[in-house]
Amino acid sequence: MRWALTRKRGAPDGLWMKCPSCEGMVYRKVVEEGFHVCPECGFHMRLTAEQRMEYLLDSGSFQPLFENLESTDPLGFKGKKSYKEKLAKAQKATGQKEAAVFGTAEIGGKEVVFGIIDPNFIMGSMGSVVGEKIARAAEHAHDKKLPLIIVSGSGGGARMEEGILSLFQMAKTSAAIKRLQDKGGVYIAVLTNATMGGSMASWAALGDITIAEPQALLGFAGPRVIAQTVRQELPPGFQTSEFLIDHGFLDQVCHRKDLRQRLTSLLRYTCADMPAYKKPAVKERHTAKIKAVAKA
Amino acid sequence: MSGVDRLNVPEFERPIVELEMKIEGRRMDLANADKEDDRKSIQEEIDELSKDLKKLTDTVFANLDPWDRVQLSRHPNRPLTDDYVSTLFDDVQELKGDGNFKDDPAIITAFATFDGVKCMVMGHRKGKTLQERLACNFGCAHPEGYRKALRKMRLAEKFKLPIISFINTPGAYPGIEAEERGQSQAIAENIREMSGLKVPIITLTIGEGGSGGALGIGVGDRYLIMENSYYSVISPEGCAAILWHDAKKASDAARVLRLTPNDLLELGIMDEIIPEPYGGAHRDPRKTFDIVKSHLMRHLKELMALDTDDLLEQRYQKLRGMGKYIEVAA
Repeated sequence: MRWALTRKRGAPDGLWMKCPSCEGMVYRKVVEEGFHVCPECGFHMRLTAEQRMEYLLDSGSFQPLFENLESTDPLGFKGKKSYKEKLAKAQKATGQKEAAVFGTAEIGGKEVVFGIIDPNFIMGSMGSVVGEKIARAAEHAHDKKLPLIIVSGSGGGARMEEGILSLFQMAKTSAAIKRLQDKGGVYIAVLTNATMGGSMASWAALGDITIAEPQALLGFAGPRVIAQTVRQELPPGFQTSEFLIDHGFLDQVCHRKDLRQRLTSLLRYTCADMPAYKKPAVKERHTAKIKAVAKA
Repeated sequence: MSGVDRLNVPEFERPIVELEMKIEGRRMDLANADKEDDRKSIQEEIDELSKDLKKLTDTVFANLDPWDRVQLSRHPNRPLTDDYVSTLFDDVQELKGDGNFKDDPAIITAFATFDGVKCMVMGHRKGKTLQERLACNFGCAHPEGYRKALRKMRLAEKFKLPIISFINTPGAYPGIEAEERGQSQAIAENIREMSGLKVPIITLTIGEGGSGGALGIGVGDRYLIMENSYYSVISPEGCAAILWHDAKKASDAARVLRLTPNDLLELGIMDEIIPEPYGGAHRDPRKTFDIVKSHLMRHLKELMALDTDDLLEQRYQKLRGMGKYIEVAA
């Protein structure tokens, strides 16, 4: 799976594709219709922001927020490629200005402030704009008394190309989340592959409730850095969702197909204005079952 | 200190130390010389060498590049948290343990009195002897270190003691057990809680401000940094490994990261740079402590004069203002 993080995505177009985790050849249509989860090994493949919204949000409910924020190149950063080039490339690839996409939306009929940190945009790393959007989202949720849900694919952690400014986004986002939580607001963190470093060590770890997709890489230090430091082989499954839930740092690990239902249910418990679950009458359940069978 | 130890300094400082040792040697010769003529000629030589030394030090320290500063921040003779705590504070009562798992010596927490003001002091510890260094993981704390700090910060809040935090770490420890015990969660929680802790917090970076490991005890009302320190999102070595697959290009990375105190001030992160004695804190620790003391006292007084709501609002607004972006017309 670690391999999957470093390797280029996107198998050749065609009927078949290679799972980036188990490397098995799988039928593309099965993957696409199955929430982009590998039918062989259950690996949750990377989604675009649009796909993520389609899976999680009530259809057509998304109303974007903070769209006018744009990154600059405050350090004049230049490695092999300049930061400006990197930004331009990521913008072209995703059609987004930045890694963070925020807005209001509905999940199971409940209005929420919803955000995605898109792993397709410079590994979902957090620079000034990502940090600012998270902070504004928390403040918006606070002001409007709405729950905050952030789906993280922030494998890049704090974005190196904005140096110290990225690092202190950790403090900015955490402070804004604290204000929301101190006033009784709820923040649900949904962690997906991967969430690491400065993101994991700030806003991504601060959910009132934290759920993760299976097999996601989640941690503070990168596995390679750890292996070099401790000079020993890392245990199997190290820094995965399953590892984290075993060690007590996640509330739930949830398959992508169940995520929307799960969030709806969690919103019921954490939002006073949401009515409790009502068991459908026997007849309704019966019809639902028939419908489900018919659909299959 | 043996000659070998004294030469264990950054490359750019070595000619200075060599010249200093030479002068010292001639001084000894002078003390041992019997004849007046010899004494005179040795004295002349010493005078000449001293002039050279002044010139050399001037050129070296006037032209420090970012990588030189990183090396100074890690200088083996540089004053450490323990030195500041024992010199600047009285009646120091160290408080150990996170009350949960174990005591992490890589972070010290203590009740301490600063010129008559009761405080909670904390900071990263790198250790002096090899044994200490190993115990402290060279200043890299585990989750229990951060949790210990948070536990003591809550104590400080309860008893209304301002907090002074000394930052000096290459980073939080990247290890298997650190991940198992929630390094991310420990740091995240500290950062969040420090943003709302109801007592003044002064953070002073005295050497290395290594990423999340530094920030884990580094959120507060004032961000001060010593002249020959750095604060960075990633170590120059780590950055070089990513950019050029070569950790040896750390000096280039130090330049692109904009991690020197001047950069940090310009970027709106640090509030103030505390000047060091000529050539760095290690060349005159006593003077260093005096300078630090006066700066800390001024900031502490300012902060203690604020009421809690103002204090917290200012702390929040400072954090909210961090970052550079543009807002285009919608």
